[in-house]
Amino acid sequence: MSGVRVLVGTRKGAFILTSDAKRERWEINGPHFAGWEMYHLKGSGVDPNRIYASQSSSWFGQIIQRSDDGGKTWHQPGTPTGESTSTPEGMPKAESNKFVYDTSSETGKPLTTHQWYDGTPHPWEFKRVWHLEPSLTDPDTVYAGVEDAALFRSTDGGKSWQELAGLRGHGSGPKWQPGAGGMCLHTILLDPTNRNRIYIAISAAGAFRTDDAGKTWKLINQGLRSQYIPDPTAEVGHCVHRIAMHRSRPNALFMQKHWDVMRSDDGGESWHEISGNLPTDFGFVIDVHAHEPNTIYVVPIKSDSEHFPPDGKLRVYRSRSGGNEWEALTKGLPQRDCYVNVLRDAMAVDALDKCGVYFGTTGGQVYASADAGDSWAPIAQHLPAVVSVEVQTLP
Amino acid sequence: MIRVTLPVHLRKLAQVDGEVALEVAGQVTQRSVLDALEARYPMLRGTIRDHVTQRRRAFVRFFACEQDLSLELPDAPLPNAVATGAEPFMIVGAIAGG
Repeated sequence: MSGVRVLVGTRKGAFILTSDAKRERWEINGPHFAGWEMYHLKGSGVDPNRIYASQSSSWFGQIIQRSDDGGKTWHQPGTPTGESTSTPEGMPKAESNKFVYDTSSETGKPLTTHQWYDGTPHPWEFKRVWHLEPSLTDPDTVYAGVEDAALFRSTDGGKSWQELAGLRGHGSGPKWQPGAGGMCLHTILLDPTNRNRIYIAISAAGAFRTDDAGKTWKLINQGLRSQYIPDPTAEVGHCVHRIAMHRSRPNALFMQKHWDVMRSDDGGESWHEISGNLPTDFGFVIDVHAHEPNTIYVVPIKSDSEHFPPDGKLRVYRSRSGGNEWEALTKGLPQRDCYVNVLRDAMAVDALDKCGVYFGTTGGQVYASADAGDSWAPIAQHLPAVVSVEVQTLP
Repeated sequence: MIRVTLPVHLRKLAQVDGEVALEVAGQVTQRSVLDALEARYPMLRGTIRDHVTQRRRAFVRFFACEQDLSLELPDAPLPNAVATGAEPFMIVGAIAGG
């Protein structure tokens, strides 16, 4: 019988929630890496037992953890649990937590500056990994989106990391600037039909696409309009919060921007607004139904200064028409006095029938719907603030 | 033998309990102690000093013999009591929010 594994990253550790396919009874396992900020965990689609996790701390920096048994045990890649972390000669076996920007003349453009909050030039400084995206074909290949914004890749299961420096070499880097959460590369979408095509998004620079596996990148922000920047239709500078794609239609992209919910049907070449009748079009998460590529979900948040649901009512909005016409999904969600936020990586779907939808809140709740959003129930209620939610549908 | 104490997060990461005892060749300085620590526990690389610049991370501080040594030069000799093992070299996470 198939089942579901929900990977939850929080401000103070990681939790793994499991259920059978009925999705009625849940077991909570954790905290893993207690006390550390777990920005993201994600499993490989090729090998579900392979899970990568980003463990970080303002004090002690970035650690990459890997599990090869579905989250039961963890190790830093290159150092299996229980084994010495160094060779007999005393040398480290791996440098799995080493993220160093590429400054070589051969592969990358010289490191430039980006803009600080006040517009002054600021040097690139690595802070943490926001998002890990395992390859669709190779469990040992995984991409990492980091702050300050850059894209790294490991092809040895997370043992070592190399920057895909063409992104920062794009030339627009000096115009990138941090959003309130930092200058992060938070979205990585791999095109399942074209291994050379990757989409990424940066707060606050915008969306980019590569068609040559990361060597060169193109800004894809035509149609975005952001009133809060000096030139609302500028090519670069938009605070994209999240982009989602359905595997069957990789040219159709759905974006939750700082304000505005947007859609592209041409691989990001152009965007149009689909906010429609949403009560507010500010928010962070967006995701697509596993079996209906035109059914999308968002969680509207009141505003950029009031990061909680409008009217104290936690509502997921679903559009079955690819946008513009939205319905509020409230059954089982708190409809009074609710002032939590739902962060950009904290929504995911499973691949069961009916499609399961999951999201986590800064109040430590994880809500799940086993009927595509029609009804909801908390599957965890008292976790630390949830930063990310990913779902694995197990065979 | 040099004694080093680690904050709890780094003890868990290195999978050690209590103090760490290290052999340090040559002069006992912050740099030589941290080099020996990272050689024995490579998973701590980057958690105390930056990978590239080798500078102390902003929220990490060093103490010994009731002195704050955080701002001392990396190659300055540590107190004799640390070099003899009478006192530990303390690596401490700064108190700066949660």
